[in-house]
Amino acid sequence: MSTLVLVLATGVGLGALYFLVASGLSLIYGLMHVLNFAHGVFLTLGAFIGWEAAQRMGASGWAAFVVSILVGGIVGTLFATVTELALIRPLYERHIEQVLVTVGLAFAAVALFEGIWGSDPLYISGPAWLDETTSLLGARIPNVYFVLMIAATALLASLVVFLKYTRFGMIIRAGVENRAMVTALGIDVKKSFTLVFAIGGSAAGVGGVLAAHYTGYVSAHLGQGLLIFAFIVTVIGGLGSLAGAAIASVLVAVLQQLANYYLGGTGDFIVVAALAVVLLARPRGLLGRRPA
Amino acid sequence: MSEPILTVDGMSASIGGQQVVESVTFEVPSTGITAVLGRNGVGKTSTLRGILGLIKRQGRVTLAGDRIDHEPTHKIVRRGIGYVPEDREVFASLTVAENFALAERQAAPRREFVAELFPDLVARSKQMAGTLSGGQQQMVSVARALLNDNRLLLVDEPTKGLAPRIVGEVADALEEASHTVPMLLVEQNLEVVRRLATDAIVIDSGRVVHRGDAKELLDDAALTKRLLGVHGEAPAGEAHA
Repeated sequence: MSTLVLVLATGVGLGALYFLVASGLSLIYGLMHVLNFAHGVFLTLGAFIGWEAAQRMGASGWAAFVVSILVGGIVGTLFATVTELALIRPLYERHIEQVLVTVGLAFAAVALFEGIWGSDPLYISGPAWLDETTSLLGARIPNVYFVLMIAATALLASLVVFLKYTRFGMIIRAGVENRAMVTALGIDVKKSFTLVFAIGGSAAGVGGVLAAHYTGYVSAHLGQGLLIFAFIVTVIGGLGSLAGAAIASVLVAVLQQLANYYLGGTGDFIVVAALAVVLLARPRGLLGRRPA
Repeated sequence: MSEPILTVDGMSASIGGQQVVESVTFEVPSTGITAVLGRNGVGKTSTLRGILGLIKRQGRVTLAGDRIDHEPTHKIVRRGIGYVPEDREVFASLTVAENFALAERQAAPRREFVAELFPDLVARSKQMAGTLSGGQQQMVSVARALLNDNRLLLVDEPTKGLAPRIVGEVADALEEASHTVPMLLVEQNLEVVRRLATDAIVIDSGRVVHRGDAKELLDDAALTKRLLGVHGEAPAGEAHA
């Protein structure tokens, strides 16, 4: 029983991490129809700079941890905003080129990170409490999982409130449905593009710092490794659906962990098989829209 | 005759590399409703979308003397062009009130005017637009364009697929609105055209092939038959060119 609880908690914690990445991917695709392959490097840079900030504050205190999360979020926001303005916007409506430029940016950024921080993982430390466990139904759950769950829940709640109760949120919801009609109402939808990239970058940057504490290290490939699963989550949840991404994040990660433990480490294979099943049986994903 | 509110001079438009409008030239008077007529697929909708910059276009387009053909869609709309698209295109997952809020561009939107024209929508303001009937969705689409003090409305097939009673209600609203703003109206229901339009242009194969008084055109059965393939006297709901 306690083993199952631990596996499930590990899955939910990992799912929370997937959601921190997938939420931005989903919003960006929903509004802009851009598959952003550079999203992982927003996460990686957030993790590196967040780690640098924490190092300068002593790394093991709570203040350093909180500051590193803030710094990670800000770095992710800035990197994503500059990416949208400098690389995505000039290629407006040229979706293939937009995808290619994000792929190129991802490769270039990873190489740059390796040049600056080296190609070996940098092992990190944080508040001692994060490395400890809490007993739940007989299982010893690492505390960092709870932090991830709280962060993902806070992000989801913030995004729901933002999308539902602000004018920009309303524009984004309308734009996901029919971008051309939003412009035909006199709204400059490109501002929303930048904002969506900034939100996605912020979540990825925070996710980077938390991912580093989840794995115990930062490396130049940290984000791109998570990005693959975030894409799978986004497709299974339904491209453009935030709620779909949230549900799929947990389902995919729990399935992955169950398979890893009970089916001899086949988690990654099972996740890809689940993606294939969803694409065959329900191509629009769990909560995706039917094509117009 | 007063200056035209809109001039379209040699405008061509294409979708996916295929030319759908070929060097159309016409003017829209600053009062009344100008109907854009033609058989299915001749480029009427594309003409409206080209004016708004929703599809690639070339040529000269001016609004009240100012060139707008190099501007993006949202700036053209902010100059004072309202748009009622074909097939309504309401935001289905947004409420009626949210659809209206998105459309409001001015500090004091004409909510009372819209509420008088469409009282049913006021009662349904919290309802998701996607759950409304086709007629109600059309009213939302028209209402969005009427919330602002526009200088011109582009209205694309507002009665398409509607029940005869609803066709009458939509036509009533457009007629009322036309007292305050000129319109360029794409419409296949010739009874509605006869009732509303003062002027008409006919497009065929992407080109303007006729301009003139709308009622004179519809009264000329032979000309109507030749240009539109139907008789102008056909009853409402059956007169689809």
